[in-house]
Amino acid sequence: MQQTSSSTPIVSLRDVQKSFGSLKVLDGVSFTVERGEVLAIIGRSGSGKSTALRCIDRFEKVDGGEISVCGRRVDLPDVDLRALRQDVGIVFQSYNLFPHLTIEQNITLAPCSVKRMGLAEAKALAHKVLAQVGLEEKIHAYPEQLSGGQQQRAAIARSLAMQPKVMLFDEVTSALDPELTGEVLKVIEQLAADGMTMVMVTHEMGFARSIADRIVFMHRGKVHETGPASILTAPTTPELVQFVGTGNLKS
Amino acid sequence: MGGHLNVNHLLFLGHGALWTIGLSLIALIGGGIVGFVIALARISPLRSVRLLSAAYVQLVQGTPLLVILFLGYFGLAAIGLKMSPLAAASASLTLYVAAYLGEIWRGSIQSVPKPQWEAAEGLALSRTQRMMKVILPQAIRIATPPTVGFMVQIVKNTSLASVVGFVELMRSGQIVNNSLFEPFIVYAIIAAVYFAMCYPLSLFSQKLERRMGRGSANFSLA
Repeated sequence: MQQTSSSTPIVSLRDVQKSFGSLKVLDGVSFTVERGEVLAIIGRSGSGKSTALRCIDRFEKVDGGEISVCGRRVDLPDVDLRALRQDVGIVFQSYNLFPHLTIEQNITLAPCSVKRMGLAEAKALAHKVLAQVGLEEKIHAYPEQLSGGQQQRAAIARSLAMQPKVMLFDEVTSALDPELTGEVLKVIEQLAADGMTMVMVTHEMGFARSIADRIVFMHRGKVHETGPASILTAPTTPELVQFVGTGNLKS
Repeated sequence: MGGHLNVNHLLFLGHGALWTIGLSLIALIGGGIVGFVIALARISPLRSVRLLSAAYVQLVQGTPLLVILFLGYFGLAAIGLKMSPLAAASASLTLYVAAYLGEIWRGSIQSVPKPQWEAAEGLALSRTQRMMKVILPQAIRIATPPTVGFMVQIVKNTSLASVVGFVELMRSGQIVNNSLFEPFIVYAIIAAVYFAMCYPLSLFSQKLERRMGRGSANFSLA
């Protein structure tokens, strides 16, 4: 089992189609993510990158094509959503912490209710994941008492507490100013260094270039160019040249 | 003509006032329970359940409470289902209150931002867990001020139960007036007592609303 799972990709999309009404958002998207790999999806607003990410966790149902996540066919209607979402952690642009719960309760909620973990064990886990994101001192705070960067780090910790096999990041720094962006990116960098498999939709080109093993450039619902991070410095298609040339590439 | 207002009249009115409070509580509790079910049914994943509950709400909201009371008391009796005034008033008010509270609460549940649902889904919580642990605790805070505000309507609307002969505050006022023929004094007293019941509720509702208005800071206070 270990042998096969290390050779097959954790996430694979094959010819994925998705429309919202008459608007074709994904037009034959294919890519794979190997275990321990960090994949950055970049592209203009409306290029379909967030939709592609959300399809992986089945927040969007696809119209066609195949998606496999951890050996599970996500595109099929009978997929076990709760099992899927225990394997996949997702972090959103707007943090989405639960405002009526403390940071600790935000983190222990899912392990306790989904995995039936004891409260003491879950609290120890909360300490551990908060240490990972450098927020131990905020364990008893409410989300509103935290800065945006701290909230986003707490949201990452909440996801980590479910011990996912792959983490999805959907423009997690887009709502943050540069300083707060930095502290969140540092946490993600550390996760990458620890070997977490990650798919991130990002506008931080400099960050994508430094952390991603592979870049997927999406354009008009298609994977337009894909390759190692070096494609950002030496793009081959005119669209990517234009995209990285329009000031998107922060050094 | 019929003598003067005396302490016995006032005691009788007081008794009626107690029944107004009692009937209000019955309506609130009964309507609250049914209304909660309606609120959940209105956002059910099943289309048929949504349609049925929406039809119920529309039907009740499009019908005067007075007509519902007449149907319950006189209408059902005519087809062989005789109910006491208390039972008829309780049932009618419950149906009526359920439709309104159901809508208030549906709105409260739906005003919890959608990303909260998604975050809970992303953490693999089941639909019931999402509802109980993430959505409802937030929805209850949103729903409290309008619910307390609606209680004012419940208290006032119990006066309609007087038409089926249930002796609450309004009916007891009518009875007292029938012996005294002092409609101005008697109904002024009745009005004052209703006001004394409703005004604190109004104030409380406004206070809650102001507290909510200060933002989600209440989450840590509650």
